[in-house]
Amino acid sequence: MIALGQFLEVLIGGLMSGVLYSLVALGFVLIFKASGVFNFAQGAMVLLAGLALVRSLDLLVANGFPLWAAIIFGIGFAVVIMAITAWLIERFAIGPLVNQDALTLFMSTIGVTFILEGASQMIFGSDAYPLRLFPTDAWFLFESHFPGGILVNKLDIWGGFIAGILVAGLAIFFQRTKTGRALRAVADDHLAAQSVGIPISWIWFVVWLVAGLVALVAATVWGTKLGVQFSITFLALKALPVLIIGGFTSVPGAIVGGLMVGAGEKIAEVFLGPYMGGGIEYWFAYVLALAVLLVRPQGLFGEPIIERI
Amino acid sequence: MLYREAGQFKTTYAEDMAIFPIRQDRIALATLLGIAFIGVPLLATFHIWPFGSDYLLRAILLPFLILALAAIGVNILVGYCGQISLGSGAFMAIGAYSAYKLGTGVHIPLAWLGFAISIPPLPVLSSILLGGLTAAAAGILFGVPSLRIKGLYLAVATLAAQFFFDWVFLRVSWFTNYAPSGSVNAPTLNFFGLVLDTPIERYLLCLTFVTVFAVLAKNLVRGNLGRQWMAIRDMDIAAELIGIRPLNAKLTAFAVSSFIIGVAGALWAFVYLGSWEPLAFSIDRSLQLLFMVIIGGLGSIMGSFLGAAFILILPIVLNLIPTQLGVPLSTETITHLEFIIFGSLICYLLIKEPQGFARLISLGKEKLRLWPFPY
Repeated sequence: MIALGQFLEVLIGGLMSGVLYSLVALGFVLIFKASGVFNFAQGAMVLLAGLALVRSLDLLVANGFPLWAAIIFGIGFAVVIMAITAWLIERFAIGPLVNQDALTLFMSTIGVTFILEGASQMIFGSDAYPLRLFPTDAWFLFESHFPGGILVNKLDIWGGFIAGILVAGLAIFFQRTKTGRALRAVADDHLAAQSVGIPISWIWFVVWLVAGLVALVAATVWGTKLGVQFSITFLALKALPVLIIGGFTSVPGAIVGGLMVGAGEKIAEVFLGPYMGGGIEYWFAYVLALAVLLVRPQGLFGEPIIERI
Repeated sequence: MLYREAGQFKTTYAEDMAIFPIRQDRIALATLLGIAFIGVPLLATFHIWPFGSDYLLRAILLPFLILALAAIGVNILVGYCGQISLGSGAFMAIGAYSAYKLGTGVHIPLAWLGFAISIPPLPVLSSILLGGLTAAAAGILFGVPSLRIKGLYLAVATLAAQFFFDWVFLRVSWFTNYAPSGSVNAPTLNFFGLVLDTPIERYLLCLTFVTVFAVLAKNLVRGNLGRQWMAIRDMDIAAELIGIRPLNAKLTAFAVSSFIIGVAGALWAFVYLGSWEPLAFSIDRSLQLLFMVIIGGLGSIMGSFLGAAFILILPIVLNLIPTQLGVPLSTETITHLEFIIFGSLICYLLIKEPQGFARLISLGKEKLRLWPFPY
C-alpha cells in the first residue's frame, strides 16, 4: 500500500526538479523560436555560466569583499561572459550558416558545445565547485496530517519561485518591449522581418544573450543543488524530452513538459523502479517523449506542423 | 591528363551502368584494395616502417575499419534517407550483445510454460551476422516513429533508443550472462576452424567485412531502393505523390542501416575490444558516428571512410603535437584544448564545406579532368 504522504512527497520533489528541467528547456525554446536553431549547446552554456559565477564569487570572497558585493560583481561578471559568448557564437558559428538546413545548424551547435566545454573548464577549472546562494535545508510540511510530514527542500521552493519570476519577465519582454516584438517578428519570418528593417544579427545576438541569462539562472539553482561541475552538461540531454513533450516553440510547453517529466520520472522510479531493477529514471523521460510523439507529433503545446510542396 | 575519360567508349548497357564507369577510378580502387589486402599485411609481417610495432594496425587501422563500417550504416539512414539518428551507439550495442549471447548460447527459461528455449553456442561468423539481424529488427521497431515525425523530433526519438538500451544492457544481467562486473568477454574468434588472434588476421577479417559491406551498400544506394531513399530524403511528400511508399522506404532504410551498424558493433566488441561494458556504446559513440558522416559527406559511401579517418586520427594528432613541440602541458589542459580544437574544426568545416570531404574529392576530380588547363 502506497502511503499518500509518501506519494505527495515524491510528487512535490519531482515537480520541483521538473522546474529545473524547465529552466534548461526554456533556453532551448527561446533560441528555437527566434532562429530555428536547435541549440545543443544549452547545457554547456549552463556549465559556463555556473563556472564563471562560482569562480568569480570564490575569488572575490577570498579577497575580502563582503558577500553581497561579491554576489553582485560575480553575477555581473557572469553576465558579461555570457554576452561575449553570445556575440562570438552569433558572429562565428551561427551567423555564417544562415540559410543552411536545420541539421547543419544543429551540428554546428554541437561543435559550439565542445568549444564551450573545453574553454570553460580550461579557464575556470574542472573540479566540482559548491555554490551556496540559496538555503538547502529541508522543511517538513503538514506534520499534523501525515506521520512524519512531507519533506520539502527549501532550495526547490526557491527554484520554483525563481522560475516563476523568470517566465513572467520573459513574457513581459516578449510581449511589451520593442526588442521583444522584433524577436517575435524574426521568429515568424526572417525575410519579412528583415524587409521592415529589423537587424537580424542584432536580434540573434539578443536571443543568444537571453538564452545565456536563462542558462545563468539555471546554473545558480542547479549549482546550489549539485555543485557546479561537468556533469551539469548532461542536463541538456534531459531537456530534450521536455521539449518534445511541450513542443519546440512553446514557452508554457517547456514549463508543463518539465513538470511532467520531473514528476513522472520520480514517481516511476519510486513506485515502478523496484519491479524493473531500478534506474529507470535514466530513460523514462525519453520513452514518455516517444509516446507523446506518436500521439501528438508537435508536442502538447506546439504549433501544428503544416507542410507544403 | 591522367584523369580523363576521353576515349573510353561504352558499347553495352552493362558498361554504361557499371559501378565505376571510369577506368582510372577502377585502377585507383584496385590499387587501394591491393595495398590494403596485400601490402599492409606484408609490411606488418616483416615489421617494415610504419608497421614496426602492432600499434598502427591494432590501435588505428582496426578501429578505423570498424567505425567506417558503422559510418556507412549511419550514412544510409542519415545521408541517403534523411532520417537523423542519435541512436547509432545503441544499435551497435544491440549487435554486440546479441552476437555475444548467440556466440555463448542462449537460454530462455519460460517458467510459466514449463519449458525453456535453449540454443547452443553458434559459430562466430553466424553470431555476428545474426547480431546484425537483431539490430535490424530493433531498428525497424525504433524506425516506426519516423512514419509520423521527422527531423530533429526524430533525433530525440532515436535518443530514446540510445538511453533505453544503455539501461537494458547495464541492468538486465541476462544479457551479460550474469557477469558480476557487467563486463563481458568475447568468445574466441574461430572462423571455420581458423582461430584469429594476431592483429594482422583481425585486420584482414575486418577489412573483408568492410569491403563486402561497402560494395553491397554502394550497389544498394544506386539501385531502386537507394533511389527511393533519396526521394524520401529530398522531399517526402513529393516522393509519396510519385508513388514511393514511405513505409517501405523508411523502414528498409532503418533495417539496412541498423544491420550494418549492428555488424559493426559486433566486430567492435569481438575483434577490437575483446571485453567490453555498455559504456563502450554510449551517446558519445552515436555523436561520433554522426560527426563522421557529416564531416565525411552526407550521402557518400566514400565520405564515410574519410569522415571516420578524420575523426579518429584528429585526437591522436592533437595529442602528439604538444609533445613533439616540447610544450609542457598538463594532460587536463590537453584534453580541454582537444575539445576546443575539435569543436572549432567542426564549426569551420561546416561553414566552409557543408557537404563534407566527399565534395572536396569530387571537386578535385573535376579540376583533374581539365588539368593542366584552367577550363
